[in-house]
Parts: sequence; structure tokens; C-alpha cells
Amino acid sequence: MELLPTIWFVAIAVLWTGYLFLEGFDLGIGMLMKLFARNDTDRRVLLNTIGPVWDGNEVWLLTAAGATFAAFPLWYASLFSALYLPLLVVLVALIFRAVAFEYRGKVDSERWRTSWDWAIAIGSFTAAFGIGAALALTTTGLPLDSNGDRTGGAFAWFNGYAVLGGLAVVAFAFVQALAFLALKTDGEIRHRARAWFLVAAPVALLPLIAWSVAVQLLHGETWTWLLVAVGAVAVVLALRFGRAGAEGRSFAFLGVFLVAMTGSIFGAAFPVVIPSTVDPAFNLTISNASSSDYTLGLMSIVAAVGLPLVIAYQAWTYWVFRRRVSASHIPPVHSFLPAFVSKTPASNEPVSNEPVSNEPVSNQTAPGS
Amino acid sequence: MDALEIARWQFGITTVYHFMMVPLTIGLGLVVAVIQTLWYRTGKAEYLRMTKFWGKLFLINFIMGVATGIVQEFQFGMAWSEYSRFVGDVFGAPLALEALLAFFVESTFLGLWIFGWKQLKAGIHLACLWVAVIGSVFSAYFIIVANSWMQHPVGVEMVNGRPVMTDAWAVFTNNTALVAVPHTLFGALGVAGAFLLGIAWYHLWRRRHDGIDTVTGAGRLIPGEAPDVPGRDRGDYTVWIRSLRIGAVVAMISFAGTALTGDLQGKLMFEQQPMKMAAAEAACHDGTGFSVLSVGNLGSTSCDDIVAVIEVPGILSFLAKGDFTTEVKGVNSLLGEYKEKYGTNLPDNPLYGERAGQEIQYVPVMEVTYWGFRMMIGFGGIAAFAALLALWVTRKGAVPQSPWLMRLAVFGILAPFGANAAGWIFTEMGRQPFVVAPNPDPSGIDQVFMFTAAAVSPGVSAAELMSSLVVLTAIYAVLLVVEVRLLVKYVRGGVASAMPELAHTAKKSDTDDTQGPGKSGDDVLAFAY
Ligand code: HDD
Ligand code: HEM
Ligand code: HEM
Repeated sequence: MELLPTIWFVAIAVLWTGYLFLEGFDLGIGMLMKLFARNDTDRRVLLNTIGPVWDGNEVWLLTAAGATFAAFPLWYASLFSALYLPLLVVLVALIFRAVAFEYRGKVDSERWRTSWDWAIAIGSFTAAFGIGAALALTTTGLPLDSNGDRTGGAFAWFNGYAVLGGLAVVAFAFVQALAFLALKTDGEIRHRARAWFLVAAPVALLPLIAWSVAVQLLHGETWTWLLVAVGAVAVVLALRFGRAGAEGRSFAFLGVFLVAMTGSIFGAAFPVVIPSTVDPAFNLTISNASSSDYTLGLMSIVAAVGLPLVIAYQAWTYWVFRRRVSASHIPPVHSFLPAFVSKTPASNEPVSNEPVSNEPVSNQTAPGS
Repeated sequence: MDALEIARWQFGITTVYHFMMVPLTIGLGLVVAVIQTLWYRTGKAEYLRMTKFWGKLFLINFIMGVATGIVQEFQFGMAWSEYSRFVGDVFGAPLALEALLAFFVESTFLGLWIFGWKQLKAGIHLACLWVAVIGSVFSAYFIIVANSWMQHPVGVEMVNGRPVMTDAWAVFTNNTALVAVPHTLFGALGVAGAFLLGIAWYHLWRRRHDGIDTVTGAGRLIPGEAPDVPGRDRGDYTVWIRSLRIGAVVAMISFAGTALTGDLQGKLMFEQQPMKMAAAEAACHDGTGFSVLSVGNLGSTSCDDIVAVIEVPGILSFLAKGDFTTEVKGVNSLLGEYKEKYGTNLPDNPLYGERAGQEIQYVPVMEVTYWGFRMMIGFGGIAAFAALLALWVTRKGAVPQSPWLMRLAVFGILAPFGANAAGWIFTEMGRQPFVVAPNPDPSGIDQVFMFTAAAVSPGVSAAELMSSLVVLTAIYAVLLVVEVRLLVKYVRGGVASAMPELAHTAKKSDTDDTQGPGKSGDDVLAFAY
């Protein structure tokens, strides 16, 4: 096997794993905005646990996509064009979700907040589902012709694997977010999150295991089957620690579980990056889809320096904002009026009498001292 | 419309839209970082207020840049798969590096800045903003390296019909990029300058209009205060007059910078994409004159019916070569050269669908290149000139009471946005019919090029493309309205909209927020209403 394409296959698996691990919980928290949070304060607690970090987490997705483009242009081209409509839906979801985080608290109106809450909840769910489906399809196969283009029309990609992968990521994100909340909040929310976690995890982690097993059945090897077993053990440990109230360790083992699952999935798929369901001769593999060794070598050097740095400063961010968040830290919503002297006629100021929240959620100092 | 046209419309609309947010992010980010540095150094209240106020507007805009940027990242693969396959080996690297070395930095450190007012020491907090801002400059650099390679492919060799990178240094120091990056950064500063100027003007006008500030017979302004309006104290006046001056100076520097670097770009373009330069001039025949006004059917691609009404002799040669006499080749003589070098028809490849074998149209749409070029320069120049006037008019510290001048200042914010959009539309459409323009360098990589008609995804139907065009355009339109309304709201609220603590200290003097930056434990942003 060629060395550099193999390294980059691993690197891309790592980027996707990093993405699912990090954005897993903030996509999950997005979904919990409607399912779990009971009132506005709850929602703001939830948002503030991820406020400083969600954008950085999302960049893992951009980097995974960009690295795929650079290292395996044919993989990038075929996957993204074959999944045109589902990825469009993912984009729309991500757009609304991002804007909603920032804008939700910027107008003090119930309707405004509720609309953006729905945007966060639906956006997070949809993005998780779509990305899961895309990853499942790249590991199980797409109807590609000899040029790597999709045959059979706009929905030819649709099958059970897509649904399974979508469910897997949604459910994982849901559980991951509950574990994260137990770790990052205090008070009532923390206890409720832990309780939900213990109930949800045994069921909600199954689809991810099922996806991994499906890939193993297609082309698994001994070591990848072993990883599945490691994953199963990690789930048991995550639950045990969760029950014992060791939230940090429980969260960590959830991470081990994810790594084992993505490792087993990408490991089994290797060296094929997209199997063609039309004819195995059209499979895209790490050899026929990759960039030149020169480009891969250059990228390797930059990534070897850059990725550890990214991990270091992102870790520092989590450390800076390590305090648990609780309802008592959330300041009241503040309204203000335009800075006009009141005798001024308001007639030519169409929005002047609508109160505006003064301290938008995403811009608060996270609760501190 | 066929798939190609839809894909082009979509790329154009989404990119131009993305580039509405981007220059404000880059320009305002730099300005806020400088202002916060001033606060850090001097501890003066007005700088803290300026940081908070402009920082808030910066963030409202920033998020839209993020949201629309994701579309850009996915779009190459989705709609332009043949393009991605062709260029991936060279073009992917700067894109990946942008994410790895710029986006991570920007998003992480901006998160620290937004939420870290209390958790971080003042110096570190400020450093986080600087790091984020430098990250955005790097992101501009990397993406422009990618774009410049499409304008001027370097550092590659053709292997099996695809360009393969052989010299990364050449790609990352492409002379096209080295001038385009500062040009774009100066363009971004222009946006920030007009933004500060317009909004500060509005507030100064508002203060006079509300009777807070008064003007003496000699034209000197006496700042006053309105005790019941949050934030409308004497210090508030300083915030706006200083913002106005910073904005005006930034706008003028920006224009000088864009003009200097733009001149260099023009000279490169003359060598690298002579057809684009000729089309920018609607110059059919060889000559030296710069046309100020041409009429006739610019839309036609045979340019026999275009007449130059006003032409300044020598200037075109100066733009292209730095002297006043060199003849610049016109469209008519270039057309033959292009046909000979790059063929008359698109190859007969079934991948290109109905477009296979089609004749290639080498002359870009001259209406767009001609007016795009002039709008870019014109809007930029107008903004800079207006900034100069504004400095003069406000030299005694007061803005005129005229509501019309105020409106002009506010709508003038749009001028540099227009210049930026026009500049990109000119650059990108002037490159047509190529998506990767051939490099005419005699050293031998002449044959690296790609026609736009060959770049679109063969497997994606026109209906799919149309659905995304409609969906994205509709969402972008809605979000633009939302963003602008939010910006307007926060602008109207004045500094208090970004500093709630002003709401309850309105009646006290400034000493409340003059606490030096050293006391980071205090409620700088904390909420106490
Ligand atoms: C406020 C914005 C702004 C202003 C005032 C100007 N430009 Fe510009 N221009 C841009 C914003 C811009 C841009 C949007 O940033 C572009 C698009 C691509 C690029 O690199 O920068 C651009 C492109 C661009 C190009 C095309 C390069 C190419 O296609 O390779 C040329 C030749 C110039 N500019 C020249 C000028 C000149 C001679 C100016 C004289 C004053 C000028 N620009 C002002
Ligand atoms: C942000 C600034 C940019 C703007 C405003 C912009 C604008 C445009 C426009 C208007 C088109 C449509 C051209 C046409 O239909 O004739 C276009 C096409 C295109 N641009 Fe750019 N562009 C920008 C930057 C870039 C960058 C940085 C890249 C590459 C990294 C790029 C790559 C492309 C591609 C692939 C096409 C499609 C093919 C084509 O129609 O030319 N653009 N762009
Ligand atoms: C078509 C080419 C382009 C692509 C693929 C692209 C990609 C992106 C992406 C993915 C983001 C979001 C990053 C995040 O989530 O943090 C973004 C935002 C941004 N882009 Fe673009 N972009 C393009 C054009 C440009 C150009 C031409 C410039 C500068 C001259 C630019 C500079 C920026 C900046 C400063 C931001 C601010 C927000 C941020 O980086 O987070 N982009 N872009």
C-alpha cells in the first residue's frame, strides 16, 4: 500500500472522528433545546455550555472536507456531487443553526427566541442526520460510473445504510450531549441530564454499533471486529461510570466508544473510499482517488505541525471555560430602547419601540466568579 | 437554463454574498483590535465603549460570514466536480490549509474573545482578538492563493491530463496572489472605514437633532448630555467623533492602498490575461487610450459596434505597461491568438453533455467587465472623496444638521461594498470562458487551462442545481434582511446596546467605566440591570 495516501486516509478518519466527537455534543445540545430544556433559562444554560466552542468544533467539518479535497480530490468530487440534495439540506441546516446561536438573544421577544430555538433544534438534528448518512454511504457504496459520477438520478443514493448512518449520528449526538451536560452544568439540569443519559445510552448507541457491524459484514477484518468489541466494552464502562457519578470518566469512555466505532468503520472500508454499487471496477480507492505524493507530502508536513497546535489551543479553550454552568449564573434578559430623546416623534422610526435584548445570550461572559 | 448556467449563477450569487460579509469582518476586525489596543494602553473610557459597540456589530456580521462560508467549501465538489477532479492536486491544498491554519484560529480565538472578558487577563484577552484577526487575514491569503491559481496557474506539470503540483513555493507566492491579497485587504478596510463614518455621523447628527449637543456661533461644538437616555452622556460624544475620524482616515488609506495595488494588478493582468484587460476597456482595436465612456452594444461579443466617446490617450498604456506609448492589444487581435492557441471548440467529450463540441466564446461579456472595472474604481473613489469632505466638514467637531447629509453618510456605507462586489465580478467574469485561465508564460506551462463549460458536475441534473439555486438565494435574501435589521437596531441603541452597564450609570460621570483594563475581575461585561 502506498504510504502517503494511507496516512491521509487515516488523517481524514481522524478529522471525521474529531468532528463527531466535538460537534457531536453541540449538535446534541441543539436537539435538546426543544426536547430537554424546560424554559428559557434552561435553554440559555445549554447554549452557554457550548457558546465559546461550537464554531471551533464546526471547523473540524470544514477541515475534513478541505482535507478530502486536497488529499483525495476524486473522493471529494464524487461524494459531494453524488449527494447533492442531501448535502444541500445539511448546508441549510448548518446555516440556520449558526445564525440562530448568534441571533437568538439579540431581540427580546418570545416569538423571536422560539423561532431561533426551532432553527437550532431542527438544524442540529438535520445536520447530524445528513452527515451520518453521507458517511455511511461513503463506507457502504454509491452508484458511481467509471468517471465517478452518480448514475440513476437525484435520489439514487437513498438506501437503508443512509438511514442507519443518519440515525447513528443523531442518536450518538443526543447521548453525547447528555453526558456533556452532566459534566458541564450544575444543579437540576446536571442531575436530569445524568438520569436521561443512563436511560438513553443503552438504546441510542445501538445504531452506531449497527452501522459498524454492517460495514464489518461487507468487508471487515479481524482487527476491525476487535475494535467493535472494544467499543462495546467502552459503552458498558461509560454507563457504569455514569451511574457512579464519575461524569468525566463516563464522557471519556463515550469518546473511546466513538473512536473504536469510526476506527472499525474506516478500517474495514480501507483502502476503498467509495465503493461503486454499479461495478466494483469503478471503486474509488486511496490509490486512484488521491493527489500526488508531492501534494500529500506537503500537506503532511503542515498537518503534522498544525493539527497538534489546533488540539492544544482548543484544549486550552475548554480549560478556560471549564466552570460548570447553572441557572443561577444566567443573567436576566435586558431590554433597552434606541438612544433617542423621548420627545422625538417615533413615527419615522419603524422599529424604535420594540425593545431589544441588551445582553445577547451568546455574548455573555460565561458565568464566573 | 442549462446546468452550466445555473451552476454559474449559483456560484456567483453565493460568492458575492459571502463577500458582502467577509470584507466587513476583516476590516472591522482590524479596526476593533486597534481600538481595544488603545483602550488597553490608555485605559480611556471612550475606547472601551468603542470596542464594545463596534465589536457587537462585528459579531452580528461575522456569523453570516461563517454561515455562508460553509456553502463555499462544499460547493466545489457539489456543483463543480469535474473542476475539483481537475484542479484538486493544487487547488485543494490552500483550501485545506485555510481551514487548518486560519478557520480554526479565527473561530477558537474569537470564541475566547467573546466569552473571555472576565476569565482572561486583559492582555491575553486582547491578544485573542489579535490572533483571530490575523487568522482572518490568513484566511484571505489562502483563499486568494487558490483563486489566483485559477487566474494564473503556476508551479505545476501536466500528468495524465491533470495539473500536478511540482512547486508549492511558486503556488503560494504566485505574483497574482501577492498583489491581490493586499488589494483585497485594502478593499476590506474601505468597507470598515465607510461603516464607521456613516454610523458615527448618524449618532453625531442624532445628538444634535435631539438637542443634546449645541453649536456655538463660531461653529464649535459643546457636548451635552441627556440624563434619561442610556449612554447619552458627554463621553458618548467623544466615542462618535473619534469613530468618525478613524473611519474617514481608514477609508482614505484604503483607497490609496487599493489604487496602488490595483495598478500592479492591472499590469499583471495585461500579461497574464490580456483578453480580460482588453474587455475591461471594451478596446476592440489595439491602442493606448483609456476609455472613460464607451457606448454601443457592449453586450455583443463582436465589438465592431462599440464607440469610445471619451478617451484619454496614453492612460491605458500606463495602466498596462507604465508608459504612455506602448500599444495595448485589443479584442480583435487577441481573438485570433486565443483561437489558435486554445482551439475553437469544446472537446467532443460526452461528459460535457449538450455542450460537447460547442464553439468557445473567447470574449467575456464586455458590459460586465467594462462597467465592473469602472464601478469598482468609481465607488471606491467616491467613498474616499466623501471621507475627505467629511473630515473637513467636521473639523470643528460638529456634523451639519441636514438630515439629507446624514442619510447620504449612512447610505454611503454601501459604496465600498459595491466596489468590492464589482471588483470580484469583474475578476471572475473577465476570466471567462476559462475557469482556469491559461498561463501565457513562455516557460512552458501554457497548456494548463480549463473551460468553465467543462467544469460543472456531469452527474448532477439541472433540476438539482435549480433547487439549490432557489433555496440558497431565498435563504440568503431572508437572512440579509434579518442581519440588516439587527444591525440597525443595535446602531440605534447606541453604545448602551452593547454595554448594559451604561443603562444604570447613565447619570454618573464616566469614572464608572474608566477602570483600567487591569481590573479584569470587575464587571466589565457583566450584567447588573
Ligand atoms: C473597495 C474596494 C476596491 C477598490 C476601491 C478598488 N478595488 Fe480593485 N478589486 C477589488 C476591490 C477594490 C476586489 C474586490 O478586492 C478585487 C477582486 C479580486 C481581487 O483580487 O480584488 C479587485 C480586483 C481588481 C483587479 C482585477 C485583478 C484580476 O482580475 O486579476 C484590478 C486590475 C483592480 N482591482 C484594479 C484596481 C484599481 C486600478 C483601482 C483604483 C483605484 C481599484 N482596483 C480599486
Ligand atoms: C469572494 C470573492 C469572490 C467572488 C465575489 C467571486 C465571484 C464569482 C462570480 C460572480 C462567478 C461567476 C462567473 C460567471 O458566471 O461568469 C464566479 C465563478 C467562479 N469562481 Fe469566483 N469569486 C470569488 C472568489 C473566488 C475564489 C476565492 C475562488 C476559488 C477559490 C473562486 C472560484 C470560482 C469558481 C470555481 C467559479 C465557477 C466557474 C465560473 O463560472 O467561472 N471564486 N465567482
Ligand atoms: C470561494 C471561495 C471561498 C471559500 C471556499 C470560502 C470558505 C469559507 C468558509 C468555510 C468560511 C467559514 C469559516 C468558519 O466557519 O469559521 C468562510 C468565512 C470567511 N472567509 Fe471565506 N471563502 C471563500 C471566499 C473568501 C474570500 C475571497 C475571502 C477573503 C478575501 C474570504 C475570507 C473569509 C473570512 C475573513 C471569513 C470570516 C469568517 C470566518 O472565517 O470564520 N473568503 N469562508
